[in-house]
Amino acid sequence: MEEYAIEMLHITKRFPGIIANDDITLQLRKGEIHALLGENGAGKSTLMSVLFGLYQPEEGIIKKDGKAVKVNNPNDANALGIGMVHQHFKLVECFTVLDNIIMGVEPTHLGFLQKGEARQKVKMLSEKYGLYVDPDARIEDITVGMQQRTEILKMLYRDNEILIFDEPTAVLTPQEISELMQIMKNLAAEGKSILFISHKLNEIMEVADRCSVLRKGKYIGTVNTADTTIEELSAMMVGRNVNFHVEKKPSVPGDVILDIEHMTVASKVHKNNAVKDVSLKVRAGEIVCIAGIDGNGQSEFVYGLSGLEPLVSGKITLDGKDITKTSIRQKSLLGMSHIPEDRHKHGLVLDYTLEDNMILQTYFKPEFTNKAGFLRRKNIREYANRLIEQYDVRSGQGPITITRSMSGGNQQKAIIAREIDKQPDLLIAVQPTRGLDVGAIEYIHKQLVAQRDAGKAVLLVSLELDEVMDVPDRILVMYEGEIVGELDPKTTTQEELGLYMAGAKRMEVTA
Amino acid sequence: MLLLLQYTLIFTSVLVLVALGGCISEHSGVINLGLEGIMVMGALGGALMMRAFGTESALLMVLAVILSAVVFGMAYSALLGVACINFKADQTLVGTALNLLGTAAATVLVKAINTASNPDNHSSEIEYVRARKMFIVNINGFEFNWFMLIAVLAVIGVAIMLYKTRFGLRLMACGEHPQAADSVGINVYKMRWAGVLLSGALGGLGGICYILAGVSLWKFENGVAGFGFLALAVMIFGQWNPVRISLAALLFGLFRALSNTYVGIPFLVSLNLPSNVYNMMPYIVSLVVLAFTSKTSRAPKAEGIPYDKSTR
Repeated sequence: MEEYAIEMLHITKRFPGIIANDDITLQLRKGEIHALLGENGAGKSTLMSVLFGLYQPEEGIIKKDGKAVKVNNPNDANALGIGMVHQHFKLVECFTVLDNIIMGVEPTHLGFLQKGEARQKVKMLSEKYGLYVDPDARIEDITVGMQQRTEILKMLYRDNEILIFDEPTAVLTPQEISELMQIMKNLAAEGKSILFISHKLNEIMEVADRCSVLRKGKYIGTVNTADTTIEELSAMMVGRNVNFHVEKKPSVPGDVILDIEHMTVASKVHKNNAVKDVSLKVRAGEIVCIAGIDGNGQSEFVYGLSGLEPLVSGKITLDGKDITKTSIRQKSLLGMSHIPEDRHKHGLVLDYTLEDNMILQTYFKPEFTNKAGFLRRKNIREYANRLIEQYDVRSGQGPITITRSMSGGNQQKAIIAREIDKQPDLLIAVQPTRGLDVGAIEYIHKQLVAQRDAGKAVLLVSLELDEVMDVPDRILVMYEGEIVGELDPKTTTQEELGLYMAGAKRMEVTA
Repeated sequence: MLLLLQYTLIFTSVLVLVALGGCISEHSGVINLGLEGIMVMGALGGALMMRAFGTESALLMVLAVILSAVVFGMAYSALLGVACINFKADQTLVGTALNLLGTAAATVLVKAINTASNPDNHSSEIEYVRARKMFIVNINGFEFNWFMLIAVLAVIGVAIMLYKTRFGLRLMACGEHPQAADSVGINVYKMRWAGVLLSGALGGLGGICYILAGVSLWKFENGVAGFGFLALAVMIFGQWNPVRISLAALLFGLFRALSNTYVGIPFLVSLNLPSNVYNMMPYIVSLVVLAFTSKTSRAPKAEGIPYDKSTR
């Protein structure tokens, strides 16, 4: 009889219309790192919500140390020693690290906070597990990696025995990821049981002892990572063999489409410029990727390029025309397409229908608006139906679906359909695969390569290392608002790329 | 000059009390735009107590009036709580409704009371000459009002509460990141209720303090002349921090006091400006100050957004 820290046996959870969890069993051994693998919508979050008492399952039981327990709300889960590092950190930004750690279990005397003893305990824990963070720093002033350590300390401060990490590496740099892997191993060695939710297969192979796979709400199986391969895991997750490597022919760069000279963009959060004197060219028939750690000026660079923010100085030329000061609509008409970083904020009007979102940039054209200024609904519907069909955008009610109700992957497909169908000369794609599952990522990468092969210039901005290594023909690394390196994805390594991204290495780059 | 100081301090006290109320409410995540209405209700509660309670003991009178104003303010703010916390209504709209309702309801009520005691009296006035004296201690011509002390204590108390106690830490967490608070077992709804009720209590206190500041008779049709909004400006200028709020209140209080006392300052009289200019000053100053400072202001992040457990 094996010893399990927590067991979820034959859990079934139904929502109207779908079975989110269909007879799922997950058994976490004491002191192991157990990965939970599945695509978006596979039922991972529902399962965790059941574990935390946010949902009550229709069938199945939860056992702690072999005894059946009832979890009615998150407080019950806390009492059972279950803690979780959420994908989006649950930290109050203007509080200190210490305040965030003690919140909810504050040591007090007559209602007054007693931070002294708490600080001692936090210091002791951070030394024991190698979680270095300044307890008196404010969350908003520290790096994402430190914020994550704060979340881990939160669980340790509560003496949690079962630690759940929900997609913990999505926001980290390569160096921070390897630190986290080490921390997780340390924690497991100290007897903590760790559940590691992820869809990054190489990380699972590196750190986990066992891996349970979910697909479309069903339990597929549990394997020892030592006895399996990445290919086998991915086939279990997706249900078919996935091609990780992006198939592409060598690129044939043509004329310069986009020419940026000495672009400088101000920062909204601090006084320094976010983008400093950046010059680069993108040619027809090539994919250029701007790589870098989040927050190094990539967003502002795109804002400046697309016209969402004014430039401090610099010149942008598209197809030989100076577009530095032209309006966003003019840029779009001149052949610039933009798949924005934040698809909810800049990509879609979430409460509009799918068809209205499809014509956001072209509604004024004669095919969609008649001379009297009324929309030509019939044409819009036909156009939307064509895009939906062609780009395989799936939704509940077709063109009249409210886009808010669609899945992230299909929202992104809708944007891609709209932007590519404009037949742009330049396609700017900013983190186009963020938060999407393997199938959708594969689709989007194929579309980007297809655009390149059709002779368009593609500018990709990405934080995902795999994407940076695989998709583009050239990599430009951005660090603190400057281009610090140009690398050839065919010859460079992830380690070298990481050094440039962290600012440890740089070279002169001339556009 | 003594008069100017006296009026500055008493109007500052009003602004401090009400702005602290707004500050607590916003730190819990609820924008309390209804402070104006809550002030009217607090003033009404206090005035009715002064009208009805015939004690000779100053201490008893002061305590009774304060209690009554606090209870009226809290009860009225409960409307905001029910609508915005439990029913997740739009906080701006409910606050505005409270302001409209506050003055109107107080007027109707006072008229009804006046007419009931004397059929020929249709006014909305309450007179409290005798009771007002009990709030004031005359020190060499300077009229010290107990509310000045209460305001100072309130600043210290709220500052300690927010930054030194468990309650304050949890309250502010609910206004910044309620999901985070919820994830560590803090009941966001309870904390927000606490924030709203405390703001009702302080708003009510501010209301009675306002009508006791310079006069012995209050016409309830007049409401509180935008002081609730002025207090919101003080709160924003004070960056939701009790100590800074008290300094901001001092500035606004000074300008408000000028309109009562400029006739006693030879330099200002010699400028020969119409009195309307001085009456307008606090409001104009608040516009100017906010226009220049609100860009850098940092409000509690989650304020104004109803908390819903199911959205994560």
